[in-house]
Amino acid sequence: VGKSTIDEEVLDELENVLISSDVGVETTVKIIRRIEERVARDKYMGTDELDRILREEIAGLLSSNNTEDVSDDFALPAGKKPYVIMVVGVNGVGKTTTIGKLAAQFHKRGKKVVLGAGDTFRAAAVDQLKLWGDRVGVPVISHGMNTDPSAVAFDAVKTATDMQADVVIIDTAGRLHTKINLMNELTKIKRVMQKFTPDAPHEVLLVLDGSTGQNAFIQATEFTKATEVSALAITKLDGTAKGGVVIGISDQFKIPVKYIGVGEKIDDLQTFNKMEFVDSFFKK
Amino acid sequence: MFENLQDKLNKAIKTLKGQGRITEINVAATIKEVRRALTDADVNYKVAKDITDRIRDKAIDRKVLISVEPGQLFVKIVQEELTELMGGEAQGINVKGDPAVILIAGLQGSGKTTFSGKLASYLKRQGRTVLLVAADIYRPAAIDQLKVLGEQVGVEVYSEPENKNAVQIAQNAITQARKTGKKIVIVDTAGRLAVDEVMMKEIEAVKRAITPTETLFVVDSMTGQDAVNTAKTFNERLDFDGVVLTKLDGDARGGAALSIKTVVNKPIKFISTGEKMEALDVFYPDRMASRILGM
Ligand SMILES: Nc1nc2c(ncn2[C@@H]2O[C@H](COP(=O)(O)OP(=O)(O)OP(=O)(O)O)[C@@H](O)[C@H]2O)c(=O)[nH]1
Ligand SMILES: Nc1nc2c(ncn2[C@@H]2O[C@H](COP(=O)(O)OP(=O)(O)OP(=O)(O)O)[C@@H](O)[C@H]2O)c(=O)[nH]1
Ligand SMILES: [K+]
Ligand SMILES: [Mg+2]
Ligand SMILES: [Mg+2]
Repeated sequence: VGKSTIDEEVLDELENVLISSDVGVETTVKIIRRIEERVARDKYMGTDELDRILREEIAGLLSSNNTEDVSDDFALPAGKKPYVIMVVGVNGVGKTTTIGKLAAQFHKRGKKVVLGAGDTFRAAAVDQLKLWGDRVGVPVISHGMNTDPSAVAFDAVKTATDMQADVVIIDTAGRLHTKINLMNELTKIKRVMQKFTPDAPHEVLLVLDGSTGQNAFIQATEFTKATEVSALAITKLDGTAKGGVVIGISDQFKIPVKYIGVGEKIDDLQTFNKMEFVDSFFKK
Repeated sequence: MFENLQDKLNKAIKTLKGQGRITEINVAATIKEVRRALTDADVNYKVAKDITDRIRDKAIDRKVLISVEPGQLFVKIVQEELTELMGGEAQGINVKGDPAVILIAGLQGSGKTTFSGKLASYLKRQGRTVLLVAADIYRPAAIDQLKVLGEQVGVEVYSEPENKNAVQIAQNAITQARKTGKKIVIVDTAGRLAVDEVMMKEIEAVKRAITPTETLFVVDSMTGQDAVNTAKTFNERLDFDGVVLTKLDGDARGGAALSIKTVVNKPIKFISTGEKMEALDVFYPDRMASRILGM
């Protein structure tokens, strides 16, 4: 049976799905409006078609990944060697683990990878990254704990250049976006790296925990201000949390989601697929 | 990002008054603002609905809309309701036993290891002898992390780097504590997802083997809608005694606290407010209520 209008029940159900996926009230209202408008335009609509439209409208808010290579998102853009990635985010979201997993993907593709142990603050952070380096089989540049992270980043970029590495990934300490000094420190790390490679970092990857609610929005806002975030990674999507807050974030900031973390093992990193992501909201 | 709830309510009520129809149905519009504010603060949407249904009844009972300061009274009712739901007085932890055993559990990255260090320090400052136990056999450098914290707070850390059996490690640690006269044992465990059956079985086995005096569930205050699922499952599996809410030094509204309290009805015993070992506090329901409402 086709419908020319969506009934309340369908919209209520959609609202529940979106809100419980952490999409947030504002973005949910926006999505529902778009669907209402579209349904008003198209005269006749079957249930299957409606279902498709729901998903399309939601996915439509997710910004596209604008790397040149569409066949493999783990490919590195040409002409930037080493490609410098700086990884940032609040405490405990999965930055260091994502770096380990990402290094493994690049390494697997025959790329020369260098890691920079820029978290010199959290207990055993350097050891943790070194263990990941060993696991993957790539060098980790470190100055030890309680040293200047900018100096580590500078050294990592320089060493990677000297070694003719393809990519260097800099870990940073977790920090809440409300801590102004720590946010300024990120800007400084960036600036110091630029003394060696003027256009570094080529990518600032903001890691968001998939179980985070609406606060992720403010995290994106503040980290973007401090470091010009250019890509997002959402972790811990192997649980029941959906990570829906990134829809609004990606829409507002036009930052693509590049990676998703789906576990703690070395292979548990995937490139982001919009439709799969949206479909996961509707799975029981 | 969030407009003050009181302003929003005042606006909504003004509109209603302008229409000259102060009826029970109209309370619904105002209630919707409250529900939205709660959802924006990450209170689970089902929980938010139950709460606002009750608030609506109270608002009608207390004739909010014809009161002198309807916005103010409305907010007061909301705040009272939230505070009540969040639990009465601050509750401490049970440290009876010889040794008293405290088991720490929760999702990955929620702040368990950091909290373990803080709790050790807190109890030590009360003059107790404490042993920290590194029972996370998975996370790279988990043992080192706890050792660094143990050193910072001057508390011994028990670990068995070669042993891949968390149950044994925890048991051996308790034997060690008895031998060395430690009165409190704090067992830090690996982060795990509620849907990870193998890992949930592991923590159940740890609990069974060491019969903790106190099992604490550690939650990140930034957690969204999923907090209820996680808390429910951990509670079903571990029947924990209390909740620790972490990273409250940020600006998260912390609605998860309300959802969890409502769903599992266990007290929030501590809040974590920073990375430093001193950043630990007891929980105040009224403060949390205000925080969720952004006031
Ligand atoms: N289940 C699951 N766990 C993850 C994932 N990514 C990271 N983790 C776990 O989350 C915890 C925190 O990860 P880290 O990589 O240390 O996080 P971080 O952001 O570097 O933390 P800080 O440096 O302390 O701010 C660890 O236990 C990881 O194993 C994921 O995709 N899924
Ligand atoms: N700002 C802030 N950071 C915190 C707080 N509690 C913990 N952290 C940080 O959060 C991150 C994760 O903390 P951990 O103690 O390693 O978390 P965990 O639950 O043991 O993590 P896993 O063992 O990987 O599951 C670290 O960077 C901590 O320094 C807090 O209350 N405030
Ligand atoms: K977290
Ligand atoms: Mg880290
Ligand atoms: Mg830990």
